[in-house]
Amino acid sequence: MLMDHYNYWIVVVLMMTGFYIVIAHGNLIKKIVGLSIFQTSVFIFYISMAKVEGGTAPILEEGIRQYSNPLPHVLILTAIVVGIATTALGLALAVRIKEAYGSIEEEEIQRQDNLDC
Amino acid sequence: MLLAFLVAVALAIVSMKDLFSVIMLSGIYGLLSASFFVAMDAVDVAFTEAAVGAGISTLLMLVAITMTGRSEDPDRHKPFLALAVVVVTGGLLIYGTFDMPAFGSAQAPIHQQVVPRYIQHSMEEIGVPNIVTSVLASYRGFDTFGEVVVIFTAGMGVLALLSVARRPEDIAEIDSLNDSMHEQHLILRIVSKMLLPFILLFALYVQFHGDYGPGGGFQAGVIFAAAIILYAMLFGMSTARRVINQSFIQLLAAAGVLLYGSVGIVSLLEGKNFLDYGVLSDDPVAGQHLGILLIELGVGITVASVMVIIFFNFAGRRENAHSGEENEMQNNNRGNNKT
Repeated sequence: MLMDHYNYWIVVVLMMTGFYIVIAHGNLIKKIVGLSIFQTSVFIFYISMAKVEGGTAPILEEGIRQYSNPLPHVLILTAIVVGIATTALGLALAVRIKEAYGSIEEEEIQRQDNLDC
Repeated sequence: MLLAFLVAVALAIVSMKDLFSVIMLSGIYGLLSASFFVAMDAVDVAFTEAAVGAGISTLLMLVAITMTGRSEDPDRHKPFLALAVVVVTGGLLIYGTFDMPAFGSAQAPIHQQVVPRYIQHSMEEIGVPNIVTSVLASYRGFDTFGEVVVIFTAGMGVLALLSVARRPEDIAEIDSLNDSMHEQHLILRIVSKMLLPFILLFALYVQFHGDYGPGGGFQAGVIFAAAIILYAMLFGMSTARRVINQSFIQLLAAAGVLLYGSVGIVSLLEGKNFLDYGVLSDDPVAGQHLGILLIELGVGITVASVMVIIFFNFAGRRENAHSGEENEMQNNNRGNNKT
């Protein structure tokens, strides 16, 4: 009974770790890593929900009665590839910010912006 | 157990200052979560996560830090306030999990809605044993179309942000830089030369066997792109650019989306709903099969070419930065010689 929600607790811990990195760290690349940890925790959450006790992978075959839920697998499968594409976009923005400001630390960028105006 | 490892890696990522080790750890994190997905019966997802999380994303981040610098400023932004926010949110979320159905329970509401129909009737309606493929490409085909368009748009965004126009003399200079860099690593090059055909063949197998086993356009696209990126890393960007024409690959990325969309238009013109493949052949099940094959091909082409575009643009940007530095150094030397 106690371990019924173990997976979900881990998901919450991972999610909060990613969240902490995003709000407490100033480095943009580190923030992107934090976002991807957050993202993966959501994947783990969906896939954990899809698991059925005693089920197998959802590929139809004779003699198998119980399958895991295929729907979350579909959603997460596409989300992973979309995730890497958007992460790449974020990294590209970080590279351009580095070229424009000479730094990817949030404080430094803020300081230069304040100097300008 | 795997989950505990995941938490340990995530906590290590928080405390590390060196971005290089942070990125290596995030690669390990990707691999661990892929193994967890296998344990949870999600084979298709594990496939994708292993190629993306442990492979391509690690690589892209590494290329990015070569341009942005690898150390992090140790100053934190009000760390205690952040910690308090995180602990409170986490506490509330954990409180929320007590209302969740127990892990692995077959009675959970998530298993009661549309899913029994997918499991019981997808064989006669779609004729494809892998339920994930039939849901992805047929029942939720419109959704998947949207995802492919998002990937395409992200690829175009990277292109817009990072693409560089080169003058011919720059190219010659970059070539010489590359040649000196890649003449070493003989063993790596020979081994990977032997491996490459097999990786490409495996990607094609994953692409076309996705109906029967785990696989499909998304996984195959990522694996295919990984093979091309491996080639580019070991033989130098200029060689890779000669082999793979940049404008051709941009055309391919668009062609994949177009192929997907036009399958939908054809079924519209035949008087059915958008992406209703039953009309593609006299026998609805055979039509479904053909439709899935076509749109998975479209997905695979788009995903592979967008990944290659992203990598080439990052690497091209880096080369430019490098050759710029070299130029500056030469100029400085000249200045010093004069004085």
